[in-house]
Amino acid sequence: MHELAVTEGLLQIILDQVQGTKVTRVYGATLVIGDLASIVDESVQFYFDILSKGTVAEGARLCVTRVAPEYGCRSCGFLSAERSQSYRCQACGAEDIFIGKGQEFYLDSIEVETADG
Amino acid sequence: MVEGKGVALMKMDVRRNILEANEKLARDNNDFFTANRVLAVNVMASPGAGKTSTILATIERLRALVKFKVIEGDIASSVDTEKLAAHGIDVLQINTGNMCHLDAVMIGKVLNRFSYDAPSILFIENVGNLVCPADFSMGEHLNLVIASVPEGHDKPVKYPGIFRKADAILLNKIDSRDSEDFDREAFHQTVQRLNRTAPCFEISCRSGAGLDAWCSWLMEQFLTRYFGSRSADQAASQRG
Repeated sequence: MHELAVTEGLLQIILDQVQGTKVTRVYGATLVIGDLASIVDESVQFYFDILSKGTVAEGARLCVTRVAPEYGCRSCGFLSAERSQSYRCQACGAEDIFIGKGQEFYLDSIEVETADG
Repeated sequence: MVEGKGVALMKMDVRRNILEANEKLARDNNDFFTANRVLAVNVMASPGAGKTSTILATIERLRALVKFKVIEGDIASSVDTEKLAAHGIDVLQINTGNMCHLDAVMIGKVLNRFSYDAPSILFIENVGNLVCPADFSMGEHLNLVIASVPEGHDKPVKYPGIFRKADAILLNKIDSRDSEDFDREAFHQTVQRLNRTAPCFEISCRSGAGLDAWCSWLMEQFLTRYFGSRSADQAASQRG
């Protein structure tokens, strides 16, 4: 729902990362986003195309690596890709579930063009 | 690395949190609050759950003991600010202009508009929304989530993220006519499973039911943070 704010943050990190380097163009960026983060990939690219105009990152393609959720039980250690509707451990029934994976939200790498020499 | 005509193509590892700018500003705001002895409380709920009513009822009960400040976040209007200002409360409005949440930048910009002569509790009333506010810290010490009976008992199941983030949860409007259809046990069970540490208080801002227990808890958080736990114990014994 707040892709604009997120995309502004993303562009800021990319520009900050290449500032003072020999990078002349950023043509790609790989993001890692967990499925539990409420972000829609297409919206991020849409805003990025608008916001990046006139910067070294103009026209960069965003590639999103999605991470599936993983729930863990603090009681028995059982890991599951699904959580039960009741938030109980499906193996031992304990009520102590934590989110192991699925909340990732970071810029992993960028692909850049640098001036030679 | 690929060599081209005078240019080289390469991959650069970054591994940086996309929300790092907000997180950093949130830490700055938090330092500012702590240095000025402000207990900052982020108040989150759906539209109409009773955020402003809860803030008002809490301040009315505790204002003889502690100073309060309020920041109101809304898409548009200053309706809530006028309501609070009419009660002589130190309040300022942020209009987010269609933004679905408040963030650390918006809060950082208005902090110097209050005076900080005495220790105080600051309520930051977030935009009515159970999704986005959960992702953006503002530098608060406590996250409060208010649910209400007319919304139904399934809200924690449907919006787990925000209930996980809460340091305290209020269930408002317990005297509502809809309470017959509200499965109280299911509500509390889900909340407990999502968040084992946050206390959950049932309240009614209209009748005043349950507000004393919530206010005592909040006061204890404030006293413990800025006056040490001994004072909190003393205050508790005075109240008892």
